[in-house]
Amino acid sequence: MIETVILMIVIGVLAGIGGAVLGLGGGIIVTPVLTLFFHLDIKYAIGASIVVVIATSSGSTIAYLKDEVLNLRVAMFLEIATTIGALSGALLTGILEPKYLYILFGLLLLFSAFNMVKKLLNKNKSNLSTKDDKLAEKLRLNSSYYDKAEKKQIDYKVENIPGGLSVMFGAGLASGLLGIGSGAFKVIAMDTFMKMPLKPSSATSNLMMGVTAAASATVYFFNGSILPQVAVPLALGILVGATIGSRIMQVLPARWIRIIFVPIMFYIACSMLYKGF
Amino acid sequence: MNTQQPATKEEMNRIELVIGKILRVGVVISATIMIIGLLLLLITGKSGYAHDAFPTTFKAIFSGIATLKPYAIMMLGIFCLILTPVLRVIVSIYSFYKEKDMLYVWITTFVLIVLIISFFFG
Repeated sequence: MIETVILMIVIGVLAGIGGAVLGLGGGIIVTPVLTLFFHLDIKYAIGASIVVVIATSSGSTIAYLKDEVLNLRVAMFLEIATTIGALSGALLTGILEPKYLYILFGLLLLFSAFNMVKKLLNKNKSNLSTKDDKLAEKLRLNSSYYDKAEKKQIDYKVENIPGGLSVMFGAGLASGLLGIGSGAFKVIAMDTFMKMPLKPSSATSNLMMGVTAAASATVYFFNGSILPQVAVPLALGILVGATIGSRIMQVLPARWIRIIFVPIMFYIACSMLYKGF
Repeated sequence: MNTQQPATKEEMNRIELVIGKILRVGVVISATIMIIGLLLLLITGKSGYAHDAFPTTFKAIFSGIATLKPYAIMMLGIFCLILTPVLRVIVSIYSFYKEKDMLYVWITTFVLIVLIISFFFG
């Protein structure tokens, strides 16, 4: 009993660190561990991972808010798209064939992963947008953050808001319909489409994830998919891990974060394509 | 744009402070409840329920808490954790309103409405 509890807490700490740094939520780490190593039914694994996502979100956001890494306006604005997406996803269950969605989202991830590799390859070029986007100015989305790795204030502009909104809608749809943590798509929407720097993208993704997950979490809570003996030690570990992770992320060079992010994206893309074909 | 920037920054700082506080309170409360439940479970070695059963309705959870059943306390902790992000959205609406940022009051209210609708669909 006590061994399992300690093991769960340790897994939680690790998943929390990873989730907070990458903006992925930690569900991607927890679900396979619970099903493969603990032979937990997928239903309970998903239930636990949704609690994990919320814990990562709340835990890391406390630090990201204090250090002003995340972009609150971008989060609030894009949440329109993720919540509508999640709601449509829940409504379309049984109507839309998940097979095609897996293929579609798999391809989008693959495309974005290549895009990230491209960004990694041209080292010297700044990826920051210089465009004055009208909509971004109207919504006051442009902002700045202090990069602890580069030890300087970085001002950034946001562009291509319709593109970002569409990917965010897809992210919500994916989490509502396929039950997958859509953190990867959220980071992509901001980093690849809207040209936000990676660190605010990851921090903002973490913030947004809590809201998307909360909607589906109540469903899992009342239908008995959330096992207290699994979810509680995991969540406690996650809260500790996310706090540590949100400190680590800020001192890590953005390049390193990208290097960790890319293989995970390829992994998710392949497993989605595999499910589709 | 340039004249607007400092005001925006200060406004955001105040809002971030309030939201940060709400999240911290939510996390501390839910973590405390979860720790109490988990410790009770480990000390007594009993979940308070037969086999692998656990409570999933408010009624069952609260009657379980009244008799200090570990699983009931743990479920309450999880529920508080789930509510934290929703509380964050509600508090944001109020903060944007206090800063007279009506555009974002509408945006956030809209998000809350969609969220509430999806709660009922679930």
